[in-house]
Amino acid sequence: MNGLPGYNFAYLDEQTKRMIRRALLKAVAIPGYQVPFGSREMPLPYGWGTGGIQVTASILGRKDVLKVIDQGSDDTTNAVNIRRFFNRTADVATTDRTEEATIIQTRHRIPEKPLNENQILVFQVPLPEPMTRLEPHEAVTRKLHALADYGLMHVKLYEDIARYGHIATTYDYPVLVNGRYLMAPSPIPKFDNPKLHMSPALQLFGAGREKRVYAIPPWTRVESLDFEDHPFSIQRWQQVCALCDADDSFLDEVVLDGGGRMFVCSDSDYCRTRQAAGHTGTENTPMEVSA
Amino acid sequence: MSACGRERAEPANDLHVLPLAGGWGAGAPLLRVEGLCKNYGDRVGCADVSFDLHAGEVLAVVGESGSGKSTLLQLLATRLALDAGRMHYQITGRGLVDLKLLSEADRRWLMRTDWGYVEQNPRDGLRMNVSAGANVGERLMAVGARHYGEIRRTAKDWLQRVEMDPARLDELPTGFSGGMQQRLQIARNLVTRPRLVFMDEPTAGLDVSVQARLLDLLRELVTDLGLAAVIVTHDLAVARLLAHRILVMREGRVVETGLTDQVLDDPQHPYTQLLVSSVLQV
Ligand SMILES: Nc1ncnc2c1ncn2[C@@H]1O[C@H](COP(=O)(O)OP(=O)(O)OP(=O)(O)O)[C@@H](O)[C@H]1O
Ligand SMILES: [Mg+2]
Ligand SMILES: [Zn+2]
Repeated sequence: MNGLPGYNFAYLDEQTKRMIRRALLKAVAIPGYQVPFGSREMPLPYGWGTGGIQVTASILGRKDVLKVIDQGSDDTTNAVNIRRFFNRTADVATTDRTEEATIIQTRHRIPEKPLNENQILVFQVPLPEPMTRLEPHEAVTRKLHALADYGLMHVKLYEDIARYGHIATTYDYPVLVNGRYLMAPSPIPKFDNPKLHMSPALQLFGAGREKRVYAIPPWTRVESLDFEDHPFSIQRWQQVCALCDADDSFLDEVVLDGGGRMFVCSDSDYCRTRQAAGHTGTENTPMEVSA
Repeated sequence: MSACGRERAEPANDLHVLPLAGGWGAGAPLLRVEGLCKNYGDRVGCADVSFDLHAGEVLAVVGESGSGKSTLLQLLATRLALDAGRMHYQITGRGLVDLKLLSEADRRWLMRTDWGYVEQNPRDGLRMNVSAGANVGERLMAVGARHYGEIRRTAKDWLQRVEMDPARLDELPTGFSGGMQQRLQIARNLVTRPRLVFMDEPTAGLDVSVQARLLDLLRELVTDLGLAAVIVTHDLAVARLLAHRILVMREGRVVETGLTDQVLDDPQHPYTQLLVSSVLQV
């Protein structure tokens, strides 16, 4: 089956896909550089990640296996809707399992399981320009990029330390890609920044409303900005996952029905996989592992 | 008819870098300006302005409102494009370089290290949404400073140098008085130890008493740091206090130029005489 009758494969017409692919090729050729593209209206509101969806639609092949996550989970409304969208318009296989996917569209997280060369990570980006809040004029930020004039970004980090005693930016933490372009990694936690660095997977970023795509090709240097005396560091927890005992994953605090709280992996596939392998936390009994 | 309308003959051997020990006497200028022109449509902004500025020299540009002072300053600072004319600047290690031939990256580097620009309204020259320390530290970070503690120490030192309370390092400039904002803007410009600073009416809009103290401070800084400066002012008293030389403009042209005391005490041009006498009447 070809997906939804009356619609092209993966919704977008072939000409639009070619246009987006051309933009993506350019983005891959200039790591971290924001490439304008003719963003199309999608049958979803902007907040739903139309940039990422257009990127996914443009690169999706019939044999691809798609995973969609939102806040690390495959089951949130946003993830379910996007997955259903591609199910109906492209009829591709979908999966929850990170290692089975060839394309992973994501909002807010990078999976905990290391990615490989055969995978592409597509990020939904609300604000592609990392300097926007400091310099609202696009003509100016474009020039700053052209000249690699990024002192402004350090002004922001300086101000963080002056106000809070440490760099308070915890999401969408700015990075320098391949030693050249300043880039907003989309609102992933800074916990995930090290995963951007030297990743074997191709990483593509799409911003629908702002009409920009950018990319980190495989095996590219990605450094998080910092100061010598305030080096970049990732979030750490006192706790381990209450369900799978993981001490190396990004944890979400969950309020329990009884009013208590627990910390669990934000990456639900990671957590499930660990539980299936027999790891147990304080809040669950060992899973039945079927023979 | 000014030179602006005509074709300007280019020298046959158009060297981008002028010889240092050339034909203009001892010590090459820091800045050499030749035949600057700028029109806004039919209106003359600036016409055929030429002068040399040497290291450590302060030049005041005076003239009535609309005479082209700000236009000239913006042309000098390469904030406005020239219609005609040439500017050469002495770049350390490179000699006198034609500013037109400087790459955008080099030009910006110059602007944030070797030059300063003090706006009349400090709000135009400051980032109002970040602290005083960040304002002073910005240029340092722009040229690669990456040690928070050192940036902060330097910023603190500079607040002291411009006679601000260093305890206000982390405050936003929005809470500062106009005079303090102006001091902060000056510190922010001088932190990279520029050799040339442009100032557009740096003391206008301030109370008279605040003005006087700021002028004293400026004079001290300029002397201590050996700064060259071009200061636009309509206030001849400011020129008298700060400037070695003065350039009198009218309708975009220089009508008289010379040592400050000479020009103010013994003006030659009728327009300068009028300016000086109107000041004396105040
Ligand atoms: N952006 C502009 N567009 C059109 N005309 C301009 C512009 N800027 C300046 N002018 C005109 O150019 C002439 C010189 O203006 P300029 O601002 O350089 O004078 P000024 O000496 O700085 O005056 P003031 O003392 O009032 O600041 C004036 O006739 C002015 O009206
Ligand atoms: Mg003016
Ligand atoms: Zn877990």
